[in-house]
Amino acid sequence: MSRKTAQKPDMQPELLVEMYRKMVRIRRFEDAIHLKFLDGALPGTVHLYQGQEAVAVGVCANLRTDDVITSTHRPHGHAIAKGVPIKSLMAELYGKSTGCCKGKGGSMHVGDASVGMLPAIAIVGGGLTIAAGCALAFKLKRKDNVAVSFLGDGAANEGDFHEALNMAAIWDLPVVYVCENNLYGASTRVNKVMKVKDVAERARAYGMPSAIADGNDVLAVYECVREAIERARSGGGPTLIECKTYRRCGHSRSDANAYRDKTEQQEWLARDPLVIARDKLKAVGALTDEDSDTIEAEIDAEIEEAFAFAEASPLPAPEDCLKDLWA
Amino acid sequence: MPKLTYGEALRQAIKEEMERDERVFCIGEDIGIEGGFGGAFTVTLGLSEIFGHERILDTPISEAGLTGVAIGAALMGMRPIADVQYCDFLFCAMDQMINEAPKIRYMSGGAFSVPMVMRAPVGATARGAQHAQSVESYFAHCPGWKIACPSNAYDAKGLLKTAVRDDNPVLVFEHKKLYGAKGIRKVEGAIDASSEIPDEEYTIPFGQARVVREGKDVTILANLRMVYEAGFAAEALAEDGVDAEIIDPRTLNPFDYETLYRSVRKTGRLVIVHEDTLTGGWGAEVAAKVMEDVFDYLDAPVKRVCAPDTPAPFSPPMEEFYVPGKERIRQGVLSQQ
Ligand SMILES: Cc1ncc(C[n+]2csc(CCOP(=O)(O)OP(=O)(O)O)c2C)c(N)n1
Ligand SMILES: [Mg+2]
Repeated sequence: MSRKTAQKPDMQPELLVEMYRKMVRIRRFEDAIHLKFLDGALPGTVHLYQGQEAVAVGVCANLRTDDVITSTHRPHGHAIAKGVPIKSLMAELYGKSTGCCKGKGGSMHVGDASVGMLPAIAIVGGGLTIAAGCALAFKLKRKDNVAVSFLGDGAANEGDFHEALNMAAIWDLPVVYVCENNLYGASTRVNKVMKVKDVAERARAYGMPSAIADGNDVLAVYECVREAIERARSGGGPTLIECKTYRRCGHSRSDANAYRDKTEQQEWLARDPLVIARDKLKAVGALTDEDSDTIEAEIDAEIEEAFAFAEASPLPAPEDCLKDLWA
Repeated sequence: MPKLTYGEALRQAIKEEMERDERVFCIGEDIGIEGGFGGAFTVTLGLSEIFGHERILDTPISEAGLTGVAIGAALMGMRPIADVQYCDFLFCAMDQMINEAPKIRYMSGGAFSVPMVMRAPVGATARGAQHAQSVESYFAHCPGWKIACPSNAYDAKGLLKTAVRDDNPVLVFEHKKLYGAKGIRKVEGAIDASSEIPDEEYTIPFGQARVVREGKDVTILANLRMVYEAGFAAEALAEDGVDAEIIDPRTLNPFDYETLYRSVRKTGRLVIVHEDTLTGGWGAEVAAKVMEDVFDYLDAPVKRVCAPDTPAPFSPPMEEFYVPGKERIRQGVLSQQ
């Protein structure tokens, strides 16, 4: 197991700025829909991604469009980072027929075949063996694609986690498991349900390399994952990467967060991944204050447009319930 | 008599059973964390403060694991009340649910028994296909599980207490729209399922259906949330000149055929309503039994009003189409007249 901290940014400034822009897009999107939820404008529930943007973005910046990801009940950030257009994402949250799943899926199942995102799987741990299966297909078809499976710390306690890692390892599958350890599965703190300190430690039991990255530092995530993706792409097999991070919001819509320690919360909230990324970009001269204002304004306009699109879109017909079951 | 919500009544049942019998304990995800939710629908809220964390045992997210652990503890003489946050997650524990819990007594020639309870919330609430199912029929098909499905707070308390005292594995299906949670954990479109709860202790024996509404023209058999939808339909049908009787089976296994047959002999018509999907649903089994046993009393073919054979869609207009409601039940009844 290796520990990665942020290295000096040796990549092109355009890529850095692009990653920052994506993080801003996720943050502003989630902030905006959070308010809509509180207004009662959106049906169901929602699991928000604020605070974990660096993970989705740092990971997906290493992927090609035809690489695939599996996601979880907290999928909006993964979707945006993989390139699902926010208009169709927004429309899906509204349950509109123009949504990326035609209103069939909703928040917990967003996905888009054209950008390599399977419908998000809301069964904790449910995506891990499926990602191994995607990777098996790539291997059998002699393609150099990679599957990435996002999972939470909580998912690492499902049996599926262990079965998936073992199979991925024995068959040297091109799959990368990215565990976003945000310290909690719903209200349960990770130390209550796991004796080992790091999820990454578990990889050793399956003969799989692993690494730990600072999940609030997009550059650290990017570099750590780059190595794993390159290994997977070139036939070197799977990796488990654990990103240490924190969710800024509650677990789902109805959460007063009373189970979280206030000091812990404050410490993590002070390590805002967006601020960390922006400061880094500024330090290397890749971004000015003016640039970042422009980015924010552009993203806000995009989100406004996405709201307008979603709100103006038609609801599905009730009988559309009966469509899309069979291939 | 205090009025309790469905969730409060379940909590009271658990509390009383834990006080009565020290072998009873709860095991599940997020059920006893300080500052937490008290389970996905607040049923165990506050119980860890009373009974401690050994008897309100929080588990990792490991449904297969916690189900197996409950079975093992039950085999050694404990009385676990396990729960999954949504019934959809029972499928993560399917080996334990189908191959182990309901078969161990039989396989051992009666030497071992598994006195456990598994609680599981059902029903569609705009959360998409993996948090919406009504899965009673999968388990009704499996010999060895008793199945309770309370539709109101009074039944919830009485049936859960009976479940805890039963020497066999018992599944208790609870409907998400009935819990009556308040504040930020309120479920949209919730139905008031609260009841006056007697001060003195009571249990409800399994296999006793409840006649919810008396009528002479048609029998509507409905469980869980569908009891309420059937009630709304019955009001509308009264205006159509049809007097509907509503029966809530309360337990699917054992099933109170006597009460159902008595009603069918009187009305000559039967409409079965469940939120579970149509094909192979428990309603199909009841229809077959009615055909076998009281066919001569029927004036019309048995009609089923169920969810269609699709996963549950997310978007509200489609979900409304999916979940049987007042109008579909009314049409089902009228189609027989
Ligand atoms: C199999 C299964 N069990 C339980 C749940 C309910 N549930 C949804 S999210 C969640 C917590 C997941 O924690 P983690 O994997 O750490 O992801 P995070 O929410 O922190 O992103 C739980 C228990 C579920 N969706 N699926
Ligand atoms: Mg987590």
